[in-house]
Amino acid sequence: MAAPIFEIKDLDVHFATPDGDVHAVKSLNLTVGEAECLGVVGESGSGKSQLFLATMGLLATNGRATGSVRYRGEEMLGQPQRALNRLRGSKITMIFQDPLTSLTPHMTVGAQIMESLRVHQRLPRDEAEKRVLEVLDLVRIPEGRRRMHQYPHELSGGMRQRVMIAMGMVCGPDLLIADEPTTALDVTVQAEILDIMRDLKAELKTSIVLVSHDMGVIAGMADRVAVMRGGEIVEHGPVEDIYYSPRHDYTRMLLDAMPRLDRPDADGDAVAPLDPAAATILDVEDLHVGFPVTEGWSTKTLRAVDGVSFTLREGETLGIVGESGCGKSSLARAVLKLIPNTEGAVVWLGRDLGQVASAELRKLRKDFQIVFQDPLASLDPRMTVGESIAEPLRSLKPHLTRAEVTAQVRKMMDLVGLEPVWINRYPHEFSGGQNQRVGIARAMIVEPKLVICDEAVSALDASIQAQIVDLIRELQSEFNMSLIFISHDLSVVRRIAHRVMVLYLGRVVELADRDTIYADPRHPYTKALISAVPIPDPRLERAKRRVRPTGELPSPLDTRASLIFLKSKAVDDPDAEQYRPKLIEVAPGHLVAEHDAA
Amino acid sequence: MIATGISGEGAALMVKAKDVRGRSLWVDAWHRLLRNRAAVVSIVILGVIALMAVFAPFLSQYGYSDTDYGAISCAPSWWNDPGVCNAGGTHWFGTDNVGRDLFVRILYGARVSLSVGLAATLVSLMIGVAYGATAGYVGGRIDAVMMRFVDVLYSLPFIFFVIILMVAFHRNFYLLFVAIGAVEWLTMARIVRGQALSIKEREYIEAARAAGVGTWGIIRRHVIPNLLGPVIVYVTLTIPAVILAESFLSFLGLGIQEPLTSWGVLIADGKEQMESYPWMLIFPCAFMAVTLFCFNFIGDGLRDALDPKDR
Repeated sequence: MAAPIFEIKDLDVHFATPDGDVHAVKSLNLTVGEAECLGVVGESGSGKSQLFLATMGLLATNGRATGSVRYRGEEMLGQPQRALNRLRGSKITMIFQDPLTSLTPHMTVGAQIMESLRVHQRLPRDEAEKRVLEVLDLVRIPEGRRRMHQYPHELSGGMRQRVMIAMGMVCGPDLLIADEPTTALDVTVQAEILDIMRDLKAELKTSIVLVSHDMGVIAGMADRVAVMRGGEIVEHGPVEDIYYSPRHDYTRMLLDAMPRLDRPDADGDAVAPLDPAAATILDVEDLHVGFPVTEGWSTKTLRAVDGVSFTLREGETLGIVGESGCGKSSLARAVLKLIPNTEGAVVWLGRDLGQVASAELRKLRKDFQIVFQDPLASLDPRMTVGESIAEPLRSLKPHLTRAEVTAQVRKMMDLVGLEPVWINRYPHEFSGGQNQRVGIARAMIVEPKLVICDEAVSALDASIQAQIVDLIRELQSEFNMSLIFISHDLSVVRRIAHRVMVLYLGRVVELADRDTIYADPRHPYTKALISAVPIPDPRLERAKRRVRPTGELPSPLDTRASLIFLKSKAVDDPDAEQYRPKLIEVAPGHLVAEHDAA
Repeated sequence: MIATGISGEGAALMVKAKDVRGRSLWVDAWHRLLRNRAAVVSIVILGVIALMAVFAPFLSQYGYSDTDYGAISCAPSWWNDPGVCNAGGTHWFGTDNVGRDLFVRILYGARVSLSVGLAATLVSLMIGVAYGATAGYVGGRIDAVMMRFVDVLYSLPFIFFVIILMVAFHRNFYLLFVAIGAVEWLTMARIVRGQALSIKEREYIEAARAAGVGTWGIIRRHVIPNLLGPVIVYVTLTIPAVILAESFLSFLGLGIQEPLTSWGVLIADGKEQMESYPWMLIFPCAFMAVTLFCFNFIGDGLRDALDPKDR
């Protein structure tokens, strides 16, 4: 191997916190070669982000880094700001997880990309502009000239991340450090961003450090992989060695925790079959949810949910899959009557919930509960977890005495794998996984008949995700609940659902039982979704042929958007009332929306 | 093995050893407050001042309205020194320009200032928080109506408002609390409403609704505890504002009347004499300053104590 361009030697990172010294990175050694992609994988808290922030001199003020970081033989650690600035943003660039917070809201995209050009290369304005257009083209942003003059909030998440990459690439760096660049993005967008990064490496010979928790993402990109845990590298080697013959238990654990779309029902993942005699408990008919959106002078209705119907039987799990903006969360909230539906009916055990008075609806709430996506945000920061778990009991079963409530809370905590002595702790003292257990305990304590999990495991590490999914499954069989399991992640849904419904812009595009939808997807959107899920297997992942989705998600306010898979029937007017694709039953229980042949 | 029979076993589980009782935010906050040294010292100092104010008649041989023409504008004297003032006797903080003992007057002034400061602030706190939290959380038309009412009250001149009250109900010490409290809660309501508006959008509020908690339960258990931080800061600013407002009203003859006094009045009077008799300004100011410091430390301590993340 040629001389590495980036070399980390004996790097230690310490943080001085009120609770004492935190040793975040422990004498770590890493190198990055020319035109190489190094994958750094680890779960949250493994120190992988701090490692690269430290190399760039971007640690928080209470952090201290010692050791050596060399770029082409030049020491970077402990250099003054001025010297670092010569490298940062020019030779070495970094992109971050959240593309919205990493862009300045009041500067146009073009101006932000140009900033580093003007700082580092002092190019005159027109030349800089030309260069910006080139990089926008490089990261496949269409209509670059128009996009340049837009502000970050006018762009979608995927577009913003492309802008971030464009900012990183504009000075022609040798090394691009990408810290979880696709974690906040939808799978289809993630696939495109990864494609772009792959091309950058192939065409421009840029070295890339890809930091991620997702073994699937790393599998498709990295040449070498370092597995981090607790501030140390536990295993390090070429990508195939890591994936096909992992030596460390932790690596093996990470690989096993990944749900695999390509390997259904590995190690007892099979979903317990449904009792064929189970009664229908929930019947949703032609549900619409609309939000008024003001655009200039006119008010349009954003159709978040646009005519969705489904039924749910006792003990059944329905998986709802779709990307951001497809209306899956609005659907969940409309079913639970947390937001009003504009049209349609939610029939719960024969009663239309739309007709039920609000006082009575509150009593009915003990039958249906929800687990939220962000475990920390959905818990009151000023309530102990014990109080949070007890809350549904106190409001839905007010006849219970204090002692009974406490006893139930303890029992429930035990059941979800929390120590009952932790009842006095606050949410911020727990990890994400533990907080999600609190959220689940809160939802399950009233023994509901239906629980909606709204992206309940999406914010968690893969290994925790697997534990939580198992927990939900256990509790489901314990209480014989019905579940609506909402996720953007097809592979997670597969582990738990009996049937899967794919949503696109508020409409059902495909509904089938779990094996059918993965083995025989019919709708182009379903196919695109399935092919975009990264598989933690380097050979399969690289050989995989991606079904390209239709590019950027169109604005949902444009009525043509709903016919993007049936362009032959679309009327070319953004405000026109469009044809509604029908759901066709191609096989018993397998519904597919009408679409143009690919 | 779990499911249905939970409640029956409740009692049995409770008696188990190594039992940890559930604590609420308030119990936790109290313990944390007691660990804050500055706050505890402040509570003690305030307590001492309050006790001295209550037992003022027993702490000195002088009455608050006893004038002694033989001891006009006497400097502070700590032992019997016939040379200082011809009548003799000790005046720890000196006397004012009609020969009244300043120490006693400061303690009597503390009665008025502390009670006005605390009571009016408390009134404004309770009305403001309840009103603002309701308007902010309920939102919509109710919010609009409630906040326009606040705007209308805002536009009434304070003094005009007080004079109307005095005319309607005759001059009365307790009217002071009402008048000042009735004005101070307006700002509080606005601050609280703004906080409530943002808290309303949080996911844990939605979680509480999904858990079947009613509107009042959510306001009481989730909205109010989470907006206390800025409210407490504002309260610590309100107390001195109220104490000063009282002295302003008294200056206009709308507040308390001679020979009764308050710190605001003492400071205003002392200011006139500060070149020749500085003690008339220094002592009331010192009491006022110490008190305000104490309130600020207690406020800081409360804010930290009520934030579980600060543990």
